[in-house]
Amino acid sequence: MKILVFVKVTPDTAATVKVDEAGNVTWGDAPLVLNPWDEYAVEAALQTKEAHGGSVTVVSMGDESALEAIRRALAMGCNDAIRIEDPALAEDDSLSTAKVLKAVVEKIGDVDMVFFGRQAIDGDTGLTPPQTARLLGWPYIGLVAAFREIDPDGGQFTAERTIEEGRQVLSSRLPAVVSVAKDFGEPRYPSFMGIRKAARAKVPVWSLADLGLEAPAVKVRLPELQNPPKREVVCEFIEGDTPEEIAEKLADKILAEKVL
Amino acid sequence: MSKQIWAYIDHFKGEPLMPSWEAIGAAQMLAEKLGGEAVAVILGNGMDAAVQAAFHYGAAKVIVADDATLADYRPEPYAETLAAAAAEHNPAVILFPTTTRGRELAAMAGAALDAGVIADIIDMDVVDGKIVTTRPVYAGKLLAKAVAEGEPQIISLRVRAFAKPEADESRSGEVVKVAAALSEDDIATKVVEYATTEGGVSLTEAAIIVSGGRGVSNNPDLAPPPDITDENEIEVWRAKQGFKLIGELAETLGAAVGASRAAVDAGYIPYEHQVGQTGKVVSPDLYIACGISGAIQHQAGMRNSKVIVAINTDPEAPIFKLARYGVVGDLWKIVPALNEAFKKKLGKA
Ligand SMILES: Cc1cc2nc3c(=O)[nH]c(=O)nc-3n(C[C@H](O)[C@H](O)[C@H](O)COP(=O)(O)OP(=O)(O)OC[C@H]3O[C@@H](n4cnc5c(N)ncnc54)[C@H](O)[C@@H]3O)c2cc1C
Ligand SMILES: Nc1ncnc2c1ncn2[C@@H]1O[C@H](COP(=O)(O)O)[C@@H](O)[C@H]1O
Repeated sequence: MKILVFVKVTPDTAATVKVDEAGNVTWGDAPLVLNPWDEYAVEAALQTKEAHGGSVTVVSMGDESALEAIRRALAMGCNDAIRIEDPALAEDDSLSTAKVLKAVVEKIGDVDMVFFGRQAIDGDTGLTPPQTARLLGWPYIGLVAAFREIDPDGGQFTAERTIEEGRQVLSSRLPAVVSVAKDFGEPRYPSFMGIRKAARAKVPVWSLADLGLEAPAVKVRLPELQNPPKREVVCEFIEGDTPEEIAEKLADKILAEKVL
Repeated sequence: MSKQIWAYIDHFKGEPLMPSWEAIGAAQMLAEKLGGEAVAVILGNGMDAAVQAAFHYGAAKVIVADDATLADYRPEPYAETLAAAAAEHNPAVILFPTTTRGRELAAMAGAALDAGVIADIIDMDVVDGKIVTTRPVYAGKLLAKAVAEGEPQIISLRVRAFAKPEADESRSGEVVKVAAALSEDDIATKVVEYATTEGGVSLTEAAIIVSGGRGVSNNPDLAPPPDITDENEIEVWRAKQGFKLIGELAETLGAAVGASRAAVDAGYIPYEHQVGQTGKVVSPDLYIACGISGAIQHQAGMRNSKVIVAINTDPEAPIFKLARYGVVGDLWKIVPALNEAFKKKLGKA
């Protein structure tokens, strides 16, 4: 099978993210990492390859910092990688990104399955995967927790996806786009050999011209970024001689907040 | 013709999800400010009750596609039908609740209509006739103002960020029928079955959440049954007793049960209960954190709760920086006592 996995680089989840005086987003010296949700997508793509043969190509659109994410995915076991960068892509939104990713899928050609993460933890939108599917005109199964069957020869697959009510089991045809939920299972750690191989890998860069694409229009603008207002809370510590006394006082305080 | 502000009604097997009504409330607010009418949009099969409910919650009009191909939510027929209806009726705005289906459909409708989509907003305002939304980014570490150019503007609303309107059973209005866009033969995706989880309050919709963390297993005095000897199994067994106490308090308060990732990873409780950056993002009126340290990734999921209460043995635990009320103490003693106190005060004893 020819498998693609799209990944993004994001600041580590533990980073303290702030808007500086110039209005730019900063995260100090916190590391950039493979978007945590994309680790599950890489894991699912690799398991699919291991079960059905073929190769996994990891693709990220972004400047050189995207190599952090790409190298992690390569170290986990992806076969090769492509990075997309173009000065005209300095600004983007989910739909403009989806238009570029669609062109990538079409340029690579003969792709059987495209894997996405649930969402990128910077913008937290989760829109790009279904949008890319819709633009390709391919079936989409979002938030896949497990595959019941993938039949590359018959061009069919069945997946369980997570919804509020539990799981919806869907079958569809290939080629298809999926996004992967955390329920899929823990992503593997890169092996020592994998890390060495990834460090040496040459990652080709494609521009918009390579994709035969004009820069897609950006429709969503972010005119302002702010640090959220400080939570104006001073914790009132409830004390007492016995748990019962503390509980009594705490229950009264909570009742007085009128949130019950 | 006055502007249509659409509110998409998300439902499971014909039963609307509560945040759909929040979308109608938000559509009414926009309709007043922009000059227009709030229109509910319902896709499904056998949706008469949902249509009536949408009127009760304040829709001036309901657009409905009622068809066998729409009996179950599937992205293809839902997105195409919605896009076709939008092309016919030209709404200025389409609001969605940010449920799993709502977010997905907002995205696909945006792609189908070549329109900008703003996901998971917590606030919005009309400035010079433009909708200016506010949405958390970087897991709520920052807030972004976001504006979409062109029409329709597609916006999904964070669950519980907008008020649910009062229902008024005397209200009704005009029903506009639209056709399903695809025939069954054109739809590649088929529903095989559902594996639904057993009832309980949904975390994202819950007004009250009682959560447990790693501290829930920390009761060395509690002796495990003799057949459990493995250290890990003893820890999980203790944690299950701890979550029983949390569950009892939750039941008294009509609350949902949440958990930290540490509790989920250690196998104390299933992942569906995880609150945080890689779990669910919640904004209840009351969040009671028991034996949770309050790591930044946990905060990302709950910092927007109205009143936060923390019970933790460590006075330095970061959770106390967010909490309105704190108890430095053993959850194994405080939680059952709190349950008894509430039972008495709420007349449930
Ligand atoms: C990529 C990534 C994503 C993550 N996503 C999430 C996420 O979505 N959600 C999440 O929660 N975490 C997440 N984490 C993990 C997070 O960093 C913390 O490790 C986790 O939240 C800690 O859980 P905890 O508070 O239960 O455990 P601990 O940090 O171990 O805290 C346990 C607390 O219980 C207290 N305690 C112990 N015994 C008792 C007792 N008897 N009574 C009262 N208090 C007691 C202790 O004082 C301590 O404060 C993520 C981490 C990473 C790297
Ligand atoms: N710049 C990008 N390059 C490659 N993949 C991306 C990019 N942005 C988003 N994605 C993919 O789309 C998913 C959802 O991202 P988002 O819609 O931004 O939340 C991510 O988890 C990635 O799999």
